[in-house]
Amino acid sequence: MGDRLLEVRNLKKYFKTKEGMLHAVDDVSFNINKGETLGLVGESGCGKSTTGRAILRIHEPTDGEVIYNNENILKYDKNKKKKMLRKMQIVFQDPYSSLNPRLSVFDLIADPLYVNKIYKTKSELSDRVKEVMDLVGLEQRLINSYPHELDGGRRQRIGIARALALRPEFIVLDEPVSALDVCIQAQILNLMNKLQEQLGLTYLFISHDLSVVRHVSDVIAVMYLGKIIELSDYKSMFIDPKHPYTQALLSAIPVPKVGAKRERIILEGDVPSPVNPPPGCGFYGRCKYREDICKEKTPELLNIGEGRYVACHFVK
Amino acid sequence: MESNKVIENKKAKKKRNSQLSDTWLRLRKDKLALVGLTILVILIFVAIFADFIAPYKYDAQDLSNILQAPSSEHIFGTDEFGRDIFSRVVYGSRISLQVGFIAVSIAVIIGGFLGAVAGYYSGKIDNFIMRAMDILLSIPQILLAISIVAALGNGLTNLMIAVGISSIPQYARIVRAAVISIKNEEFVEAAKATGSGDLRIIFKHILPNCLAPIIVQATLGVALAILTAAGLSFIGLGIQPPTPEWGAMLSGGRGYIRDYSYMTLFPGLAIVITIFALNVLGDGLRDALDPKLKN
Repeated sequence: MGDRLLEVRNLKKYFKTKEGMLHAVDDVSFNINKGETLGLVGESGCGKSTTGRAILRIHEPTDGEVIYNNENILKYDKNKKKKMLRKMQIVFQDPYSSLNPRLSVFDLIADPLYVNKIYKTKSELSDRVKEVMDLVGLEQRLINSYPHELDGGRRQRIGIARALALRPEFIVLDEPVSALDVCIQAQILNLMNKLQEQLGLTYLFISHDLSVVRHVSDVIAVMYLGKIIELSDYKSMFIDPKHPYTQALLSAIPVPKVGAKRERIILEGDVPSPVNPPPGCGFYGRCKYREDICKEKTPELLNIGEGRYVACHFVK
Repeated sequence: MESNKVIENKKAKKKRNSQLSDTWLRLRKDKLALVGLTILVILIFVAIFADFIAPYKYDAQDLSNILQAPSSEHIFGTDEFGRDIFSRVVYGSRISLQVGFIAVSIAVIIGGFLGAVAGYYSGKIDNFIMRAMDILLSIPQILLAISIVAALGNGLTNLMIAVGISSIPQYARIVRAAVISIKNEEFVEAAKATGSGDLRIIFKHILPNCLAPIIVQATLGVALAILTAAGLSFIGLGIQPPTPEWGAMLSGGRGYIRDYSYMTLFPGLAIVITIFALNVLGDGLRDALDPKLKN
C-alpha cells in the first residue's frame, strides 16, 4: 500500500430545489493512495460526477472534509485554493462541450498556465504547451486548429493535455471515455495508464461502465443514490460482490463468449428520488433481501475485513 | 524524420496568428462585409474632413436661393433658408456618427457588463440588477431620454449619455440571456478548475461565445440611437439649430415633403446607408469572429 494522498471524509453536497433538498452526495468517505486509481461507478444521477466536482471545489461541498496531503483543502481561502488546483485537475466527460469553441488548441492548453502565471516568457509557455501535446500524443501541426475541426479522441487528448499542463499530482477523470467510440476508448485508456506510470499520477476514475473501470482501477467504489454502498479492491469486487446492488450491476456486464450462460439479476422498480430521501437503505424498494430494519435504519459502510467495505445490514 | 518535424514546427509557427489577424483573414472573404466596411470608412473620412469636402458652410444662408432642386451648384439642393443640403449632410455625419457610436458604446459596455454579472452570478445580484433594468424598461425609451437630457441640460455629450442610458436595459437583457445559456457548459467548469477568476471566465470564456446576438443588436442599435437623437433634437432637446444633424434635418424637412422631397430624401438616405453598412459589417464580423464558420 502506498502513501495516502487523498482522504474524503463524510462529504456531502446538497442542492436546493423547489421540492426540497436534493441529496446529490450524501456522506461519502474514501481514501486514495498515491499512484493508485479509485474507480467510482454507479448509474446516471447517483452523484458520481458531483463527488468529483465537490472534491475540486468546482461545486462547494455542503459539509465534510477533503484531506489532501494531510491538509483539509475545504478550509483553504481563495489564493490557497488556486494553488491547490495546480495539484488537482479534472478531465471532463464530453470533449465537445468541455473545450471553448473560440480558442485554438494552443490557447486551450496554455490557458491554465497563463491563469496561474507559471511562465514569464512566451517561448517558455509555448515550449511547455508543445511538450504536453507530445505527452498526450497530439500532433504539433494541430496547434492552431480549433476543437470543432478535430475528432472526439483528439479533443479528449486536448482535455487531458489541459489538465496535465499544470503538472498535477491528482486528476479526477469524469467519465473521460464514455463519449467516445470503443476503439478510441481503448486508446485513451492506454494513454491514461501510460501517463499514470510515467508521471506518478493518482486518479479518481468516474464511470458508469464497469468493464472500463475494471481495466484501470486498483480500488472500486460503487455508488447508489449519493452513497457509497460497496468499496473494495477490484479483484474481490468482481469475484465476489457483496452488496445486492453490486451483484445486480456485475451480472449486467456482457460476457464476450459465444453461448456463455450466466445468471442475470434483473432489478425491479426505479431509483428513488434523491430529493428529501426517507431514512433507511436507499436500495430498500428494489432489494430482494429486504426486511423491516432496512426501512428504518440506514446501513453504514462497514469494514468486513480484507479492506472491503459494504453498506448492508445483512453482510457481515 | 527529425527534419520533417522541424519543418512542421516552422509551419506551425508561421501559421500562428493572433486572433485579430485570424478574424481579419476571415472577414476578407466576406464581400458584403467588405462593402459595409468601405462605406463606413468613407463615412468616417467624410466626417473628419467635412471642412474640406463641403462646398459651403453648413450655416451659410442664401435667402435668394431657397428650396432649390438639386443642380450642379447645389447637388442636393437647398433648404428653406437657402443652405446647401449637401454641405449639411456632410457636416451632419459628424454629429450623427458620434451620437450613434458613442451612445451604443455606452449602452453595450454598461448594459453588457450588468447583464453578464447578473447572468453569471444569478440569485440576489441577478434579481437586483434585472429589477432595476425593468424599472428603466417600464419608462418609454424616448421619455427616459427626454428626462435625462432635461436633468443634465442640453448639449451633444448629454444627448449621447441620455440615448446611451435609455438603451442599457435591452443590452443587459440580451447579454444576461446569452450568458445564462453558456455558463453551465463544461468548458466554463474547466476554466474554474484551472483557477481562473470570475472576471476572466466572463470575459475570456463566456462573452466571446455570446457575441452574435450582441453584435446584431448593437448594429441595429446605432440606427436606433441616431433616430432617438433626432427625435430629441426635434422637440428642442439635444442638438440645437443651426448645427446639422441627419435626424434633425429629416424632421425639419418634414413640412416640405410634398413639394420639396429632396430635403428629407438626402439625410434619410445618409441614415439608410450608414445603417446598411453597419448591418452587413456586423453580420460579417459576427461570422468572422466565430472560428466554427471558418472555411
